[in-house]
Amino acid sequence: MAHRKFNPGIVLAYIVLSIGAFSMAIPFIWMLSTAFKTPSQVFVIPPKWIPSPIITDNFKKLFSLMPFGRYYFNSIFVSVTGTFGRLLLAILTAYAFSWLEFPGRDKIFILYLATMMIPFHVRLVPMFLIMRALRWLDTYYVLIIPGLFSVYAAFLLRQFFLGIHRDLIDAATIDGCNSWTILWRIVVPLSTPAIGALGIFTFLDEWNSFMWPLIMTSSNKMRVIPVGLAFLQDQYYTDYTILMAGAVLALVPVIIVFLAFQRYFVRGIVLSGLKE
Amino acid sequence: MGRKRWKKWVTGYMYLLPSIIFLCAFTVFPVFASFYISLTQWTLIKPPEFIGLENYKNLFDDPTFYRTLWHTAYYTFGSVPLSIILSLLLAVAMNQKIKGITIFRSMYFLPVISTWVAVAIIWRWIYNPQFGLLNAFLKIFGIPPQNWLGEPKLAMPSVIITSVWKGLGYNMILFLAGLQNISENYYEAAKIDGASKWAQFRYITIPLISPTTFFVLITSIISSFQVFGPIYTMTNGGPVGSTEVLIFYLFQNGFRWYKMGYASSIAWVLFLIIFIFTLIQYFSSKRWVHYGA
Repeated sequence: MAHRKFNPGIVLAYIVLSIGAFSMAIPFIWMLSTAFKTPSQVFVIPPKWIPSPIITDNFKKLFSLMPFGRYYFNSIFVSVTGTFGRLLLAILTAYAFSWLEFPGRDKIFILYLATMMIPFHVRLVPMFLIMRALRWLDTYYVLIIPGLFSVYAAFLLRQFFLGIHRDLIDAATIDGCNSWTILWRIVVPLSTPAIGALGIFTFLDEWNSFMWPLIMTSSNKMRVIPVGLAFLQDQYYTDYTILMAGAVLALVPVIIVFLAFQRYFVRGIVLSGLKE
Repeated sequence: MGRKRWKKWVTGYMYLLPSIIFLCAFTVFPVFASFYISLTQWTLIKPPEFIGLENYKNLFDDPTFYRTLWHTAYYTFGSVPLSIILSLLLAVAMNQKIKGITIFRSMYFLPVISTWVAVAIIWRWIYNPQFGLLNAFLKIFGIPPQNWLGEPKLAMPSVIITSVWKGLGYNMILFLAGLQNISENYYEAAKIDGASKWAQFRYITIPLISPTTFFVLITSIISSFQVFGPIYTMTNGGPVGSTEVLIFYLFQNGFRWYKMGYASSIAWVLFLIIFIFTLIQYFSSKRWVHYGA
């Protein structure tokens, strides 16, 4: 230690990062602390960090007030099917735009990209009317199907697919593999990092999606977690212990998924950030 | 020969077929429909009535529209620069050779992956005027309690603070990726020339990171102009409409008052604003390409 040169830059970096990390963590700790308090412990000055007694009634109460189990099921079902569906469609599209040859391919690709310029909100009103006409409002269809194809996802995968060495594809073609086999035996296995990153990204995107399910569903049993939580907030405006319990339950699954796939997630952001 | 080629073409289009169907049904058709709807008066009770540009005329005479536009700009230009400065600072700190980078990164990511509703619930509690954490903290410095989300002047800054807090980790990762692309050689050369840390940051890091900064700037502006979640969940547009933003107004018109035509015209004006930023990004990104590496 004595031999180590004192480096003010590193010390400063630690200070900056620690202050930042502290301010990131405090609200979550506060949430956890409140979720395990009795209502009377909440309204005290100065605030107490460690509840005593620690109670779990807030969670029980939450499940009796709202069908939170159903919200959970809806969120998991919609996010999982939505993620796999979006990956599948993105893989097929990305493959066509990277390794298959057909007339007009690159022109069609430009058209696909052009649709990305139009913000989602331009389509919101007509989408509502289309879903209404299809009688899809307030069903799982509306929560899953319209989001299945993302140009953006296909675009990211295409960039990755293009990085695969041509020799591998050519060798498989000579061996008599058809395009379908090449896709699933060569292209997809070689792209697991990109597909994983996209998958985790899509999952979080679906799980946290709010405006769409808010507009497109109306019955209590079709609500996903964020929408259910928003309604909880409307009804129990100042019941902070119950609200915090709800927030904890909404965050636990994403935090688990995030911690399990953290590496993929970071790569996902970097991939999307380098989209130019 | 001809047959083989024909088969190849068909194969290509077979792979594209699913996405073409989705794209036509849920993007291309709705976009054209949206434009047509914006030219009608339609409240879902009666069939749509074509009224030409009437909605757009009304929009430009609508004080609420200008107010929400101003709030959107306020939110955007309040949150974007603050977020860029703070996340760049964090990324530079993270780019030093420090230990525990994974732990730090995870902590900065917690808000990023959290759903807005949960974040809003937590922060509304922190901002609580009587028992909130923020006022209790500020009391240490002798600052009197504030009604953060209840005071029209303070509500938008409070939403901005929460937004910046939530998005910091995301921008930080983008900057970190940019920083890691800067070659060590520049810094080595600068050190030999005796440049201070600050001079290195000012004359090497800042210019070489500018493509990333520019990318983050434009994409943040575009997404901030479409802000909805934070507003709906934290303030619901209040108090006294002081945080009503463009998308919130669109939402109200379309899905509370069922004014389909008017809501669509708001969407198209928003599109034009965003389109300008998209064009800026498109044309300048070509200029930036030679900059790095």
